[in-house]
Amino acid sequence: MEKKEAPPKWMEVLVPLVSVASALLIAGFFLALQGIPPLELYSKMLAGSFASYHGISYTIVKTIPLLLCGAGLVLAFKANIWNIGAEGQLLMGAVAATWVALYAMPSAPSYLVIPAMFAFGFIAGALWGLVPGYLKSKLAVNEIITTLMMNYIAIKLVEYLIYGPWRGEEEWGFPITDKFPEAAWLPRIPGTSVHIPTLILALLSAALVYLLLYKTKVGYEARVYGSNPEAARYAGISSEKVILLVMAISGGLAGLAGVGEVAGIHRRLRYPWSISCGYGFAAIIVAFLARLNPLAAIISAIFLGGLFVGGDAVQMAFGLPVGVVNMFNGLMLLCLVSGEFALKYRVRVK
Amino acid sequence: MKLLSLRSVLEKPMVIEEISLSEMQVELGEPLVQMRGIVKIFPGVVANDNVDFDLYAGEVHALLGENGAGKTTLMNILFGLYSPDEGEIYVAGKKVEIRSPRDAIRYGIGMVHQHFKLIPTLTVAENIALSLANAPAINPSKHLVEEIERYSKRYGLEVDPSAYVWQLSVGERQRVEILKALMGGARALILDEPTTVLTPDERDELFKTLRRMADEGCGIVLITHKLEEALSVCDRITVMRNGRVVATVRPNEVVAADLAKMMVGRDVLLNYEKPPSEIGEVVLRVEGLRVLGDRGLVSVDGVSFDIRSGEVFGIAGVAGNGQSELVEAIVGLRKVESGRVEILGRDVTNQPTSRVLGLGVAYIPEHRIERGIAPDLSVVENLILKSYRNPPFSGRLAMNTDYVREWGKRLVEEYEVVTPSIDAPVKLLSGGNIQRVIIAREFSQEPKLIIASHPTYGLDVAATEYVRKKLLEQRRRGAAILLVSEDLEELLALSDRIAVMYRGRFVGVLEADEITLDRIRVMMAGEEEAS
Ligand SMILES: Nc1ncnc2c1ncn2[C@@H]1O[C@H](COP(=O)(O)OP(=O)(O)O)[C@@H](O)[C@H]1O
Ligand SMILES: [Mg+2]
Repeated sequence: MEKKEAPPKWMEVLVPLVSVASALLIAGFFLALQGIPPLELYSKMLAGSFASYHGISYTIVKTIPLLLCGAGLVLAFKANIWNIGAEGQLLMGAVAATWVALYAMPSAPSYLVIPAMFAFGFIAGALWGLVPGYLKSKLAVNEIITTLMMNYIAIKLVEYLIYGPWRGEEEWGFPITDKFPEAAWLPRIPGTSVHIPTLILALLSAALVYLLLYKTKVGYEARVYGSNPEAARYAGISSEKVILLVMAISGGLAGLAGVGEVAGIHRRLRYPWSISCGYGFAAIIVAFLARLNPLAAIISAIFLGGLFVGGDAVQMAFGLPVGVVNMFNGLMLLCLVSGEFALKYRVRVK
Repeated sequence: MKLLSLRSVLEKPMVIEEISLSEMQVELGEPLVQMRGIVKIFPGVVANDNVDFDLYAGEVHALLGENGAGKTTLMNILFGLYSPDEGEIYVAGKKVEIRSPRDAIRYGIGMVHQHFKLIPTLTVAENIALSLANAPAINPSKHLVEEIERYSKRYGLEVDPSAYVWQLSVGERQRVEILKALMGGARALILDEPTTVLTPDERDELFKTLRRMADEGCGIVLITHKLEEALSVCDRITVMRNGRVVATVRPNEVVAADLAKMMVGRDVLLNYEKPPSEIGEVVLRVEGLRVLGDRGLVSVDGVSFDIRSGEVFGIAGVAGNGQSELVEAIVGLRKVESGRVEILGRDVTNQPTSRVLGLGVAYIPEHRIERGIAPDLSVVENLILKSYRNPPFSGRLAMNTDYVREWGKRLVEEYEVVTPSIDAPVKLLSGGNIQRVIIAREFSQEPKLIIASHPTYGLDVAATEYVRKKLLEQRRRGAAILLVSEDLEELLALSDRIAVMYRGRFVGVLEADEITLDRIRVMMAGEEEAS
């Protein structure tokens, strides 16, 4: 096995496409084994997610958190910091927004409470990212493990809140909070669940991450650190600054996604899985499918959003288990990683 | 179908058995291997363009050329790793086809690659057993161990058969590779740039071994880009440039300058002009420096010296005598236990690297890929690594992209960096061009002090010449230069004073008029000069 020369540009576009195609092919094989016609299923998925006004709007709803988390992960992965904790950071944003809406400013007008929810959501996500960031920068604790563990802490925290102190008084004992006051509901595109402020923030986040990485000093420092920490040290770049900043922004963006989910969709805090359904993990695929290009992440987030929606659409029709979309995501990640490998290495059999 | 495969199995070794160099009678001076009209085309490059090459029994044959000349490709073809697009190969006068290394080994051709292919968690004997068709790999027989010892003795390839490979030095690993090839029956042995990983002593040992092997009837191909090596140990020298053979000569027919010209295609400086320079104030002062190595043992033990502006201070010594640790301590990459480092009168002992380098210090690190560059970033982004922080490269937050690009283009031109564009990832450049990027970055800042660790290590002739010229240019400009190198010719050519380091101490410091190669050699072995 040896390293190859530089892959040509068109290959870099081809790899994600081929990875997706291979994932479709492999998944199709298994579906066919189960007696389900894959082509028919895929076309139903496509129809479900992109062919109707309802489908498209639903796809956008899913795209929003995927893009917010994905843009943050692009930043982190560019700096070679393995933030696997977007899921937990998202949930903490949701918790913060709930606190603002129900407890901190229950009777404030929209123009105060909505910005406040986003601000506190960002801060909460950022703090959740800073804990592993601090451990990495000060004590060199591996961030993959800590960010992953922080997810479970966030999940347990949300469960505790909705079963315990925050359980709604008007909800007949269900483990959910009360509904947010109307002032804290995010405005939607009429007739859909697309919450407008978060959609705008999501698109902005992709652009901002791009500008940050390629036009600013700290972005440059983050990329140098990501490419070679030794060279960064020698150039006097503070690894602590890079790690903390990257984890804060990456976590903060995921936090914004959490605000959107509770204030834009559910209008209350509820079961962790109903708030997020794994956006923070799927965002890892968003980032890699975009080959760590923040602008391309817009497209890959839409694609994954469509996949979620299409998956929902066919589950009923074909009587498939819930795990199908996850299986497909997993396959796609595998194909992506192998594609990336094939791009960089050549394996010779002797 | 069964019949067919059986036949091919039966036939193949039969054909090959007929011609195996290890069994055959090839007189000294007769050709072992002949390559005729070899053409090999890679996408975008003609790596070998109609190449003829002969290897005789009893000779050490240098294959000399700059990086990218096509040497490795040609020998990989002979060893069956690549198949040629055109051309023929003869072994002992008979036309053959070499489809794989296995074929090559059966014909009696062995190769030691630039990167060794040993398994670190196995012992020497186990590794050798693995490569031999008919020996059990686990628990190699006593017979095999004895055999290894016999070969070791015969060729002067000292190595302990029961040692684990991970315990061995690079030089020892190379010996294992050579033993492996020899015991596999190699009579034509190819070594790809074997000396780049060796200390001077190990290199001399290797050359003795090669000589002995040749005298016993082997043919040795020594791939190298170093002139002295080709001239010192080889019987014939084939020079390649741009995929073609320029000439095959004998060492006594040429001088170094001729070879350099053949390799590079133009006249090359081998003797550098070093006019007396204006010696100025003390720029670097090191006093009683004590530094620990990675294993916690003292590796710099009370070293003191001054370097003044306009002066090149060379440090000679066999690798591992504390030179690296000394440099790392000066630039703040390693803790100083006691003693003092002063730059331009300021105490920088145990200061962070960025502060030290911020004082106008240029650092050309020993491990240029690991320390010197951010490989995924572009050429221009690597050029600004030291200056990006300040105007006009950047404002308070944003990079000043236009200025940066302009400046990058100018530097790439001025320092003749060969790159597809300033936006190409720097990792795609050749070693020589990566070093140019580093030098452009460091020297464009008009440093007061330059700390250069092995600045031409592994570079080809043209790049080496370039780096040395640039260092002398900086000396003329008035920089103080600390030059650590294992290349004595380089130290001699560039230094105004030379210190010889041995076991963490300076054995002595030679002034310009006292410097001779022999004196340095003696001192490198740790013997103080009786002067
Ligand atoms: N496997 C390969 N694929 C593509 N190009 C190659 C390959 N191997 C070598 N080359 C190219 O062929 C030329 C000769 O390379 P090489 O034989 O390694 O030179 P040398 O060993 O003399 O430094 C170079 O331009 C190199 O980039
Ligand atoms: Mg080579």
